[in-house]
Amino acid sequence: MKRIFIKEEFCIGCRLCEIYCLVEHSNSKDIIKAFKKENPRPLPRIIVEEKGYLSFGLQCRHCGEPPCLEACMSGALHRDERTGAILHNRDKCVGCWMCIMVCPYGAIKRDINGKKVASKCDLCIGRGLPICVEKCPNQALILKEG
Amino acid sequence: MIGNSAGAIGAIEAIRKVDRSSPITIISDESIPVYSRPLISYLLSGEIKPDQIYYRPRNFYEKNDIKPLLGRMVKKVIFDQKIVQLEDNEEIPYDRLLIASGGRPFIPNIDGIGKSGVYTFTKLDDVRRISSSLREVKRALVIGGGLIGIKVAEALKKRNIDVTIVELTEHILSLTMDETASSILETALRKEGIKVLTSNTVKEIIGNGNVKSIRLADGKRLDVQLVIVAIGVVPNIEPFRESSLHIEKGIVVNERMETNINDVYAAGDVTEAYDKILKNYRTIPIWPNAYYQGKVAGNQMVGNDNYRYEGGFMMNSVEVANIPTISIGMIKPPTQDAYEVIKRYDRGSNIYRKIILKDNLIVGALFVGNIDRAGIVTGLLKDAIKVKGFKKELRNDSLGFISLPKELRKERLFKGI
Repeated sequence: MKRIFIKEEFCIGCRLCEIYCLVEHSNSKDIIKAFKKENPRPLPRIIVEEKGYLSFGLQCRHCGEPPCLEACMSGALHRDERTGAILHNRDKCVGCWMCIMVCPYGAIKRDINGKKVASKCDLCIGRGLPICVEKCPNQALILKEG
Repeated sequence: MIGNSAGAIGAIEAIRKVDRSSPITIISDESIPVYSRPLISYLLSGEIKPDQIYYRPRNFYEKNDIKPLLGRMVKKVIFDQKIVQLEDNEEIPYDRLLIASGGRPFIPNIDGIGKSGVYTFTKLDDVRRISSSLREVKRALVIGGGLIGIKVAEALKKRNIDVTIVELTEHILSLTMDETASSILETALRKEGIKVLTSNTVKEIIGNGNVKSIRLADGKRLDVQLVIVAIGVVPNIEPFRESSLHIEKGIVVNERMETNINDVYAAGDVTEAYDKILKNYRTIPIWPNAYYQGKVAGNQMVGNDNYRYEGGFMMNSVEVANIPTISIGMIKPPTQDAYEVIKRYDRGSNIYRKIILKDNLIVGALFVGNIDRAGIVTGLLKDAIKVKGFKKELRNDSLGFISLPKELRKERLFKGI
């Protein structure tokens, strides 16, 4: 399947991926409304790590053997049959945080502003290119078969 | 498959990945399709609706070509004839058998335990029974301050019942927390209005048929109309007791999830398997472990030897009084000298983080209040990564992949995919 690969050498820490990811996963898909009006404010599904000159954006790796899916006791986490992406059903999620306990990448967040649920990258299913990949100004995130 | 929960489903999903045609039968004493037992406390509290209890979509059996025999009890297995015999005497032949019969609640020998109004809390039927009795209940007692005890106590509290937890040891959650963590959670529970009594136990359940009150070890009496027994679960081995199956506390399995009997596998809470941290065989009754054991068993049952169970370890994620906690592996080192403990406790915000190391390997971790990215630590433990180069980073909540040496970071970022 196609996955997002991280090139830390190219990341300049601009966090545009974070901003666009948040907007893409908002109700309005409008940058002003997403940041200023939506309550709860949506979370970006990508985590930007930064230390000095080193930085990179990290999101769900959509593992072949996903520990999160095995640990998920509500059945909220599942594999999309068409794309292979690991998706999360917010309606089924009870916020038990088993996925957070086992994700070796630390790529799942707690979304506790509204109903307590896990929050993770959905590879922008249905969009074509994930927005973080598309908007990265320096190709520090690339989508390729792997 | 005997059993219809994480172990059996893990096996089925593994089998159907590589084998679409072998007929599979599931036998379960419960009459409903596969649901999530850990969610029953959410159902009791009203946090989820009844249809949210289901673990897999409605068409799961159909889609995976499974024959479910639900609401049917296994009487015994005639291993040398490869036959499962049900209570109604129907005989189900098998080529390969998975025993994933789970756990059953341990019932202590307390005077009056048989009275009506005393329940255990592990199955959906327990929720139905408890819910329908609640109208008569003002005060409830939960025996056992473990995971189930706390979850049921909080659920009852949300239903406006006055709840007391009584715990035999000095602290609640004593198996998965240390003293600092337990104390934080006890305080938080009391603030929520749940009474927590420790170093105490129930001596007698009193009432004329129905529970009216209980008498504690310290002599005190409490008026309660409901008692929940939540002392723990033990492997559900009853149907196999009189057989040649190797059972200690649970059914003993090897790294292929094989039992001592040919073509018989076991997975989940019913097993006793290798613990890679404690380096012994024990029951590890947790959901992820059950699913993973099932996955290994399923693969092995169809001849795929690529999956082995290299050993599990205890881990739990639980919110207590809205405080998230995660506990992994060995929390209380048995000796001081061989272990190194990295700790940080912020009293103001009640954020507590503890990592236990041995020979530069993580053997345990505890997160209270802030559990973000705890899985990174679990991953380092599971894969036995030496932490020497970045040890001091472990104490910070900001621990990330950026904290790892470059080579390790690159290797691990692309490992699972």
